[in-house]
Amino acid sequence: MAARKTFARFFLHFVIIISLIIWIVPTLGLLITSFRPAEDVNSTGWWTVFSSPLDFTNYTLDNYLQVIRAGGMNTAFKNSFIITIFGTLLPVLIAAFAAFGLSRLNFKGRSFIYALIVSLLVVPLQLTFIPILKLYNILNLSGTFTGLWLDHTAYGLPLAVYMLHNFFQSLPDDLFEAAFIDGASIWIAFVRLALPLSMPALASLFIFQFLWVWNDLLVALIYLGGSGQVAPLTMRLTNLVGSHGQDWHLLTSAAFVSMIVPLIIFFSLQRYFVKGILAGSVKG
Amino acid sequence: MKIKNQKWWVALFIGPALFFITLYLLYPTLHTIVISFFDKRSEVFVGFENYIYSFTSPVMRTAFRNNLMWLVFFTIGTVGLGLLFAILVDRVKYEKFAKTIIFMPMAISFVGAGVVWKFIYTYRPVMTEQIGLLNQLVILFGGKPQGWLLRGPWMNNLALIFVGIWIWTGFSMVILSAAYKGIPKELMEAARVDGANEWRVFLNVIIPSMAGTIIAVLTTMVINVLKIFDIVYVMTNGNYGTEVIANRMYKEMFQYRNYGRASAIAVVLFLCIIPVIIMNIKREKGGS
Repeated sequence: MAARKTFARFFLHFVIIISLIIWIVPTLGLLITSFRPAEDVNSTGWWTVFSSPLDFTNYTLDNYLQVIRAGGMNTAFKNSFIITIFGTLLPVLIAAFAAFGLSRLNFKGRSFIYALIVSLLVVPLQLTFIPILKLYNILNLSGTFTGLWLDHTAYGLPLAVYMLHNFFQSLPDDLFEAAFIDGASIWIAFVRLALPLSMPALASLFIFQFLWVWNDLLVALIYLGGSGQVAPLTMRLTNLVGSHGQDWHLLTSAAFVSMIVPLIIFFSLQRYFVKGILAGSVKG
Repeated sequence: MKIKNQKWWVALFIGPALFFITLYLLYPTLHTIVISFFDKRSEVFVGFENYIYSFTSPVMRTAFRNNLMWLVFFTIGTVGLGLLFAILVDRVKYEKFAKTIIFMPMAISFVGAGVVWKFIYTYRPVMTEQIGLLNQLVILFGGKPQGWLLRGPWMNNLALIFVGIWIWTGFSMVILSAAYKGIPKELMEAARVDGANEWRVFLNVIIPSMAGTIIAVLTTMVINVLKIFDIVYVMTNGNYGTEVIANRMYKEMFQYRNYGRASAIAVVLFLCIIPVIIMNIKREKGGS
């Protein structure tokens, strides 16, 4: 019995550790390859560095310098930041207003509007591309940051309103009742009471939307067209895959440049990210 | 609680969101449905022609077949592995570390993940040194190197689907793990005391207690998989018979400039999602 139990424990650890290896090794291989000289990358597998891991002639920063200078990854990095900052702030802000209005103000059609916004969660973005693109061509918004900010704002709203509405609903009514008796206006109740109390929810939502916009390829492809001046990292990396499909020393370093910000956010703020996922997907 | 309010407060709070929802989601959806009945320049009414194309053309049939493969393997893979990991890591001391590793791919872009795996799948001719890890492993075990992304329909589609599973398993694990920890431990202990082995505990206690969450995760995954785009776009661009519906829509829109067909494909995509949603609503109503 004891032997069987020991075996079961061993088997449990074995399965978990094999899985962890499958999950971590691909990214590790990418990271190692990105620091290897081009000719090494093309002649031997990245795992061969483990035969002499401390031989520093095996490593180089050239690939990074090359993709940053010639590959246009520096411009793309800046673009990704510009797109993501406003593509995150705008929807979170507008959703906070809307969610507060929908949960704390009393007006006709309130539940209808809420149901409408939430039901749009399931509409595939593909359904909206052509009409918006036509509109953008008339308004000269295609290929611009502004156009993309507005897109991400609209596309992010249903989930953001849903998450924040749930949160505002969970705040005790007495709190607001007391504030209004003390003479607070709706504005004060929103800014001084609802917003500070919902900081954890806002943080989760912010991280969620940030990663979504940073990692987005499709929306950028549709609305930025071929304009390289405003292309974010995901688009630039995709182009490199197309034009340098076998230059693995460049592709791996470019991929890592595009992954570094999300990875930092993920490892430092994982708690909020997990909360966001739990709040967004498990319905009461 | 009722607040006495003026109309302009409502307009201030709800107005901006309504503006975006109407202009970017409601109006375009209706407009797309209309132009799906018109020709490529949206000038001539063509009836159901674009829909007939969507369901009968060989390229679309391939896309449907591939989306079906994605649907089956991706959904089973992500939910099955997510459930397995949720239960397994609960029993070890390094649970937090293990979860972080499995969850990490969720943070990086599909494009990044596409490059990561394209490199793993890289193929060099026989007798030359392999630089792709998978082919190196195959050789290690005495096999022949393969062009994983070239040979269809099974090998390359499954290779792509595995990338999707690698990315999304962490998502379902996180949600399923939260539900698993919500099951009262006494329930499982009672079953064990009654002589049930772990398999019976899994079937008779764990699965029924988590049924609601499992179905919610399944629904999310089904909706995800119908819209799958980036992985295929980056890794094969739909070549070698790996195209999916969303990629076809993109091609019709930008490569062939056929707005009628592209719109019809988008509507078809939505039609595929509707039954899943109806099932979900029915289940929620039945449950409450």
